[in-house]
Amino acid sequence: MPQLGLLHGRAWASLLGKLLRPPGAVCIGAVHSHSQGQRSMWVAEAVLVSQLKPHQEKSNFIIKTPKGTRDLTPQQMVVREKILDLVVSCFKRHGAKGLDTPAFELKEVLTEKYGEDSGLIYDLQDQGGELLSLRYDLTVPFARYLAMNKVKKMKRYHVGKVWRRESPTVVQGRYREFCQCDFDIAGQFDPMIPDAECLKIMCEILSGLQLGDFLIKVNDRRILDGMFAVCGVPESKFHTICSSIDKLGKMSWKDVRHEMVAKKGLAPEVADRIGDYVQCHGGVSLVEQMFQDPRLSQNKQALEGLGDLKLLFEYVTLFGIAEKISFDLSLARGLDYYTGVVYEAVLLPTPAQAEEEPLNVGSVAAGGRYDGLVGMFDPKGHKVPCVGLSIGVERIFSIVEQKMKTFGEKIRTTETQVFVASPQKNFLQERLKLIAELWDAGIKAELLYKNNPKLLTQLHYCENMGIPLVVIVGEQELKEGVIKLRSVASREEVAIKRENLVAEIQKRLSES
Amino acid sequence: MAERAALEELVRLQGERVRGLKQQKASAEQIEEEVAKLLKLKAQLGPDEGKQKFVLKTPKGTRDYSPRQMAVREKVFDVIISCFKRHGAEVIDTPVFELKETLTGKYGEDSKLIYDLKDQGGELLSLRYDLTVPFARYLAMNKLTNIKRYHIAKVYRRDNPAMTRGRYREFYQCDFDIAGQFDPMIPDAECLKIMCEILSSLQIGDFLVKVNDRRILDGMFAICGVPDSKFRTICSSVDKLDKVSWEEVKNEMVGEKGLAPEVADRIGDYVQQHGGVSLVEQLLQDPELSQNKQALEGLGDLKLLFEYLTLLGIADKISFDLSLARGLDYYTGVIYEAVLLQSPAQAGEEPLGVGSVAAGGRYDGLVGMFDPKGRKVPCVGLSIGVERIFSIVEQRLEAELLYKKNPKLLNQLQYCEEAGIPLVAIIGEQELKDGVIKLRSVASREEVDIRREDLVEEIKRRTSEPLCTC
Repeated sequence: MPQLGLLHGRAWASLLGKLLRPPGAVCIGAVHSHSQGQRSMWVAEAVLVSQLKPHQEKSNFIIKTPKGTRDLTPQQMVVREKILDLVVSCFKRHGAKGLDTPAFELKEVLTEKYGEDSGLIYDLQDQGGELLSLRYDLTVPFARYLAMNKVKKMKRYHVGKVWRRESPTVVQGRYREFCQCDFDIAGQFDPMIPDAECLKIMCEILSGLQLGDFLIKVNDRRILDGMFAVCGVPESKFHTICSSIDKLGKMSWKDVRHEMVAKKGLAPEVADRIGDYVQCHGGVSLVEQMFQDPRLSQNKQALEGLGDLKLLFEYVTLFGIAEKISFDLSLARGLDYYTGVVYEAVLLPTPAQAEEEPLNVGSVAAGGRYDGLVGMFDPKGHKVPCVGLSIGVERIFSIVEQKMKTFGEKIRTTETQVFVASPQKNFLQERLKLIAELWDAGIKAELLYKNNPKLLTQLHYCENMGIPLVVIVGEQELKEGVIKLRSVASREEVAIKRENLVAEIQKRLSES
Repeated sequence: MAERAALEELVRLQGERVRGLKQQKASAEQIEEEVAKLLKLKAQLGPDEGKQKFVLKTPKGTRDYSPRQMAVREKVFDVIISCFKRHGAEVIDTPVFELKETLTGKYGEDSKLIYDLKDQGGELLSLRYDLTVPFARYLAMNKLTNIKRYHIAKVYRRDNPAMTRGRYREFYQCDFDIAGQFDPMIPDAECLKIMCEILSSLQIGDFLVKVNDRRILDGMFAICGVPDSKFRTICSSVDKLDKVSWEEVKNEMVGEKGLAPEVADRIGDYVQQHGGVSLVEQLLQDPELSQNKQALEGLGDLKLLFEYLTLLGIADKISFDLSLARGLDYYTGVIYEAVLLQSPAQAGEEPLGVGSVAAGGRYDGLVGMFDPKGRKVPCVGLSIGVERIFSIVEQRLEAELLYKKNPKLLNQLQYCEEAGIPLVAIIGEQELKDGVIKLRSVASREEVDIRREDLVEEIKRRTSEPLCTC
């Protein structure tokens, strides 16, 4: 355990970076450069301290959820369901079919698919049967499904939880159990059409969620590899330089360069050459420019990637989303299995936010092309090319939650339309009869589980729960063969004939 | 290593050569020669070449849901969720695993079926076994005293498939629970109303809800002379009465569990009874049972329950059944189980027993086990056995598809609809084999298999109903 004490600012930043870096994951927490100073260091310290504290000794119960996991309250579920509904209906609109896989896979299925991140996989205990692990993402299970069922073409979506033994942090959205929404197109098709559709879907969803301005960075594995080659990066260092470049979203070029040279042993001239490229971003004109680049155009791989990107830009223009797409040479993206285009959507901070935390860029969706993964499962190595995307709902979820808190929006957690009440004692029987009538007619209704509740208590319940209508039955009403229908908001009451009650309620509900 | 790679490359090239020859339709001898070379090369690679890499299966007891199964699942969940919402429930979610100690001591003998996570240096964790214990943990953790919530999620049990054919180790549960101190039996009655609404809406056939009470069971055992120490084990024998005969159950109790035969006989007098509220009245008058305080409490509550169920319009679906014993340890009051009548002869994936599609009961002591001060929060709830329902609905849809693929049958069915013929008796190869006739209601499209010898009676019965709601 490192000694806690005064560490150099940069050491803090890199330590913090290690704690918070999401290798290949969609959610990114805020990491500040040392120049942002005190607050970020305090955050880092708190995180480290909480992790170094010995386990509280449990002489009595400690009732909690496991580290890095949480329950979702009814309020949170309402928000989540809204978001998932929007995401799924977009997927469906694009013709995807739903799929679900088990929470755990045979350990061997997941082995060797995640590179360095394999240490973050949750294993199940060996209890005498098969060795199992909780799924780390939804992509590898998809590849396994395709190979297992010998499917050559499929357009599927999958909403489900995945599990990663990362260090959870105070920063929003970094959990060990979290939800992913994946959309993937598997199959041999003409180039870049499905890839373009994936970008279109990302735009539709992010616009629909109204999270503010966003940008989708696009790059290509082949361009990256080609660029490293022409800059003189030794092949053995490709991977590790890649992950340094990936930090450009959170760290300055100076810091990244320093890491590559000082920590990873890269020659400074090579680093500088890389710098010339990776600080570039732009539209299709940048693609054209790179085509003409004397060095890059010598590299076959890079040319392939650039060619595909050019085609991609053509299609996204036809889709009407080109202005949201940015060809960004610094986009490196963690996961090992990407083989072609890669993309990542980030929310653009508002001017106010930008002032506070200039490098706090949040990624909310990502994906790319991975043509070799299914082949790893097929006994004959038959390939099924795939391209897909993953929506980072947890991050989106916490943004929406934050917004609702800020605006003081009150969320109804039930959908009850009518409350059944009585002002008098000994009317439980009438209330039960009445509520059964409403339920049988499909009306959402509640009553208090009390034999003789006070009217005021019942009305307060309605107000607190946001129930719009009350039906009241008492002695007077019984005699007259009517029910009182009361609007909770306006407090207006009207007597309705018992036999017309359901129709009247349905009319009112459809009007509101 | 490099040798192996070179060898693999040779195998690949040779394989391509063979494929090429076949495409070109080269002579048989030539192909044979090249194939022989290929096999020799492959043999050099070794017998288990690459076998470890290609594990194309889901873990034992789990399965993928294909798009078609997802569609079924979605339909079923829609019905269930809209019912829960109609009754004003909120929804929560909990993590897939809990701290191991949260689950310890809650499931009795079944604890050995819990999946544990490997100790990887952190907390000891286990996959959730049901949704009820996490619910109790949630209540205690948030110090909630009342809530009405539903929760739909997968749970995990290391069942041994050899013992119970078709059981899944990962399966969905749909739970609805009402927590809180309220006036008696009102929430309990609402749970039964919900069960009936859901099972009716799903249109999977006729059903019955058996109801009993832990206190009546315990009281009955006491007055019959069952030793306290044998309560639980006798309970689980009695529970089997829905699947096996009384003779067999008695044999198990006397022969295997060491119960005195007279005691078993006394039990037999009670547990073979079932009926409506009149049975409750009858037992309230029973000379022995009425001496037992617990049993009286239970009977009193059941009487009240039946009153409410009548007002809610579902009393005809409810049967007070003294043989209903229900596995789980934590029930403290009323217990209930819904069974399909005339269910298809299918070994389902139901953890609730043959023919059972939903169950639940009252469990007043569970939350107190989590609360540091032992504060109780009374709870009552239900769980819908959706896996069983999925397979029933899937079968129905398959049958519809089959019919659509067989135009002649479809024509016949259409003719019935147009002519207003209410029933169709269908016989085909499968039916011949099974000795049944499929009887289909044209209006509802529901089908049941009727034994050949019962067919006429069944048709007479159905057609004699006043409105012929066949």
